[in-house]
Amino acid sequence: MHMVTLTKGVPDFREGKVSFDEDGHLERGKTPTVMNPNDKVALQAALQTKVKHGGHVSLLSMGPPGYKEVLQEGMADVYADDLCLLSDREMGAADTWATAMTIATGIEMLDEEPDIIFAGFKTADGETGHTGPQTNWCIDINDELTDRPLITHVISLDIDEDTNTVRAKRLVEGDVSEIETIETDLPAFIVTDPEFEANYRRAEHRLRYKDLREQTQERAAALDLDEDVTVWDHEALNLDPDFIGLDGSPTIVSGVDPIPKGPSEREARVVTPDDEDGMEAVFEELNAFAAGD
Amino acid sequence: MTEYEHYEAVVVGAGPGGAAAAAALAKQGIETLVLERGADAGAKNVSGGLIYAEEWAPYTIDDLFPGFREAAAERPVEEYYIHNIAGENVKTFDLDRIHHRGTEWCDAVLRRRMDSWLAERVHEMTRETGGGLLTDVRVNGLLREGGTIVGVTCDELDPIEADVVIAADGVNSELARDAGLMDWDDPDDWFQGVKAVVDMEPEVIDERFDVRPETGSAHLFSGDLFDGVRGGGFLYTNEDSLSIGTVFHLDSLADERAEPHELLDSLLTHPLLDQWLQGEYEEREYAAKLVPDSKRVAHPSPHRGRLLLVGDAAGQMQAQGPIIKGMNHAVTAGGLAAEAVAEAQTRGNVRAAGALYEQKLEDEGVMKRLRPRRYRATRFVSESRPVNRLGRTLVNSRLGAAGLKLFDGLLERSFNSPFVLGMIPDTKMTYVTIPERVGEVLGDPVDGESRVEPPELDDRIGDLTYDVDDPHIEVLDDSFEASGTAVTACPVSAEGFGGGCYREETVQTNGEAERKVSLDTQPCVECGTCAVVADTHWEHPSGGKGVQFEQG
Ligand SMILES: Cc1cc2nc3c(=O)[nH]c(=O)nc-3n(C[C@H](O)[C@H](O)[C@H](O)COP(=O)(O)OP(=O)(O)OC[C@H]3O[C@@H](n4cnc5c(N)ncnc54)[C@H](O)[C@@H]3O)c2cc1C
Ligand code: SF4
Repeated sequence: MHMVTLTKGVPDFREGKVSFDEDGHLERGKTPTVMNPNDKVALQAALQTKVKHGGHVSLLSMGPPGYKEVLQEGMADVYADDLCLLSDREMGAADTWATAMTIATGIEMLDEEPDIIFAGFKTADGETGHTGPQTNWCIDINDELTDRPLITHVISLDIDEDTNTVRAKRLVEGDVSEIETIETDLPAFIVTDPEFEANYRRAEHRLRYKDLREQTQERAAALDLDEDVTVWDHEALNLDPDFIGLDGSPTIVSGVDPIPKGPSEREARVVTPDDEDGMEAVFEELNAFAAGD
Repeated sequence: MTEYEHYEAVVVGAGPGGAAAAAALAKQGIETLVLERGADAGAKNVSGGLIYAEEWAPYTIDDLFPGFREAAAERPVEEYYIHNIAGENVKTFDLDRIHHRGTEWCDAVLRRRMDSWLAERVHEMTRETGGGLLTDVRVNGLLREGGTIVGVTCDELDPIEADVVIAADGVNSELARDAGLMDWDDPDDWFQGVKAVVDMEPEVIDERFDVRPETGSAHLFSGDLFDGVRGGGFLYTNEDSLSIGTVFHLDSLADERAEPHELLDSLLTHPLLDQWLQGEYEEREYAAKLVPDSKRVAHPSPHRGRLLLVGDAAGQMQAQGPIIKGMNHAVTAGGLAAEAVAEAQTRGNVRAAGALYEQKLEDEGVMKRLRPRRYRATRFVSESRPVNRLGRTLVNSRLGAAGLKLFDGLLERSFNSPFVLGMIPDTKMTYVTIPERVGEVLGDPVDGESRVEPPELDDRIGDLTYDVDDPHIEVLDDSFEASGTAVTACPVSAEGFGGGCYREETVQTNGEAERKVSLDTQPCVECGTCAVVADTHWEHPSGGKGVQFEQG
C-alpha cells in the first residue's frame, strides 16, 4: 500500500505565536509557520492504513524551502517514511489551481503510484478547501487511465485488502448529524474531516502504532534537512513556468476586506461597590436568577 | 467476523505486580501482552511508599529490573522511627532493628515515576516476545467460552484470547471479582490510605532530617492524634519532596464517621512536624487508595482456570503493625506466577499454572508472611499475649512515670520484634491506647508549634488532573442507611461539603423527610472506598479516563 499525504505550511494561529500589525493584518515574518493542523488528521489516516495494512507513507508539500521543517514536523508529530517538497521561485504565489497542477505532477513523479492520496480539510490560512479535490482532478486529466474516486469529509476508514476496496464513513455536507458510508475501489483520493478519528481495536495494531511512532520520532530528530528531503523544482517536474505559480493562477483576488469585529451581544454597565443605588440595581437584577426564574 | 487475537499470556495492570510478572514471563520467552488502564503507567497508583527488597524473597524489583534504584526510586531509607503521641507529648522509638532485619534495601518511591519507568522496560522486554505493553486500555471482564476463562474483554479493544491471564490489577480487582475470588463486602478486610506529597528542596531535606545527601529517613506516627480511629501516619523523604500520609482500618474509619482528609490534617498540623515543615507547606498532590489486609484476605488459592491473581488483586498486602509491605509481595508473587506459567507450559499443560503458583507461594514462604498462623491465634486468644499484657501494665500502672520509665528499653525492643509486630491484634489497644500511654508517660513535650495550613478539600480536588468520562460508579441504594457512610469515608467528600463525590440530601416524600445520598463521580480519586462502605455498582473508568496522579 502506498499512501501520499498532502500538506501545507500555515501561520501558527495559536495564542502567543501569531502576530498581527496595528491594522489587524497578519505579520507573516513574525509568525512561525507550522503544519496545517487538518493535514495532521489526514496523516493520521495514512498512518492508520500503514499500521493495519503495511506500506509506505510519503508526505508531500509545495512551498518555499522553509517548508522542509513543516514536513519534519509531520514526521515527528504523526508519521512519514519519506518527505518530498516541490519548491522553486516559479511556483510562488500560486492559487489553488496552479498548486493542484504542480502537486499532481509531483505525485506522478513518485516511484510508485499511490493507492490512496490523503488531504486534510481546508488550510488554516486560505480556507478554500479546493486544493485537495482539484489535485485529484489534475491527476485525472494528466492520466486518464486512473479514475480515482474522491471521498471528502471522511471520519473513519476501513480497507479490505482482498477486494482492494475502501469503505469510508463521511459527513454529508460536512454536517455531523448526517453520516453516510461509501465503499469504492482503490486507488482513491480521501479528504479527512477534522472529526476523523483513527480507530485501533486490536492490541497488535496499537503495538505496531507504538513502534511506528517511536521510529518516526527518531527519524525526525535525526533528519538532515538538506539530505533527507527530496526537493523537486519546476525543471525536475518538467513543468512550464507559465502554467504554474502566479503566472499559472487564474484566480484574481479583487481585494481583502478585514472582517469587522462583531458587536458584543452583551451590554455592560460598570458599578462601583460604593455606589449604593447602583449596587441596589445589581441585586435587583440578580434576584430573578437567585429565585430560579 | 474477524478472529480474536491470541497471546500466550495477558497481564492486566502495570503496577509492581504486573511489571514483575511480565518481565519474568518475557525472560522465559513467553509472548506477553500487558494492558494498563492509566494514560501512563503509574497515573492511577498511590503508595506510601517504601519498597522493600527482602533477603528471603525469590524475586525483588532490582533482580528483575537492573538499575531500578538509581533510575526509578527516591531516597534509600537509612533511619526509621516511630513516634508515640499523647497530645503534645511524644515518645520516639528507633525502629532501626526491625527495619533492617532481613531487609536487603528499602527505598522511598513515587509511583508515577516508578511505574512509568518500569513500564518502559516491560514494553521493551515483552515486545521482543511478540507482545508489548499498552496503556489507555481497561480490561472490563473475563472472556469465557462455555464457562471456561479463555481471555479478557476490554472497553477499548476487541476481546483477546490468552493461554493464561495474570490479573495484577490491584486493589478492587474487577477480574478477581468477576472470577468470584474476591468480594468487596466487608470493611474489616481493608485499610484506607491517604497521602499528600509535599514540596521540599533536597538540601532542605538533608538539613531538617539530618540525613546525608541522597539518603533518607522514615517516620511513623501513632497515638491519640487521630480521634481514636485505628491506624497511623507516615512521613517518608523523597528526592525533593516528602510523602506524608495516613493508613486506617476502613471499618474503624467508617464506624467513627471520621473524615480522612481531616485526619491527615491532624498529622500535618501536629507540632511534632514543625521541626521538618517549619511553617512551609506546598502540597503537590493529594491522593488516596484502599489497601487490602492480607491477614484477612490474602487468597490461599489465588487462581481459577487460566486466571492467576497477583499482588493487591489477591490481597497480598502485608501490614506488619505500622510497617506496610505490598509492593515487594506483589513483585515476588508476579515472579512466582510467571515461573509457574513457564513450568506449566514446558510440561505441556498451561492449565496447571494456577496450582503450581499456589504451591510456590506456600513453598517460598510468601503465604506464611501474608497470613501468619500466630496472628490467626491472637485474634481469639489475645488476652494472654505479651502485647496486651504490656498494654494493660502500661494503662493500669500505678507506678507513675518514674516507674514506667523502666519499661523504656523493653518497649523499644518490643516494637522491634517481628514476632510481636506480626501478631499485633488490630484493636484500639495496640493502635491508640499503648502508643498514647507511651507518649504520655515516657514522652516529652515537643517544643514546636504548628504553623502549617493544609489546603481545603476543594483546593486539593482542584489541583488534581482529571479526564472526565461517564460515571463509573452507580449508587444502587441511595438511602442514608445503605450508602451514607461514603459521605464521610470518601476521601474527597465531607459532611456539609458540596464539591465532593458524595453528598447527603433531604428529600421530601409524602410529607416525610428522608435522608438520601447523591453521587457526582467527577472529583473521584478511584480509591475504592465506596465500593465497600456503600451500596454501589463499582467499576474503574475507561482507559485513560478519570483522575491522573502526577506523583502517586
Ligand atoms: C497510602 C498508601 C501507602 C502505602 N504504603 C506502602 C508502602 O510503604 N510500601 C509498600 O510496599 N506498599 C505500600 N502500599 C501498598 C502498595 O501500594 C500496594 O500493595 C501495591 O501497589 C500493590 O501492587 P500491585 O501491582 O498489586 O497493584 P497496583 O500497584 O495497584 O497496580 C495495579 C495496576 O493495574 C491497573 N488496573 C487496574 N484495573 C485495571 C483494569 N481493569 N484494566 C487495566 N488495568 C487495570 C492499575 O491502573 C494499576 O496500574 C501503600 C498503599 C497506600 C494506598
Ligand atoms: S467516590 Fe468512591 S472511589 Fe471515588 S474517591 Fe470517593 S470513595 Fe473513593
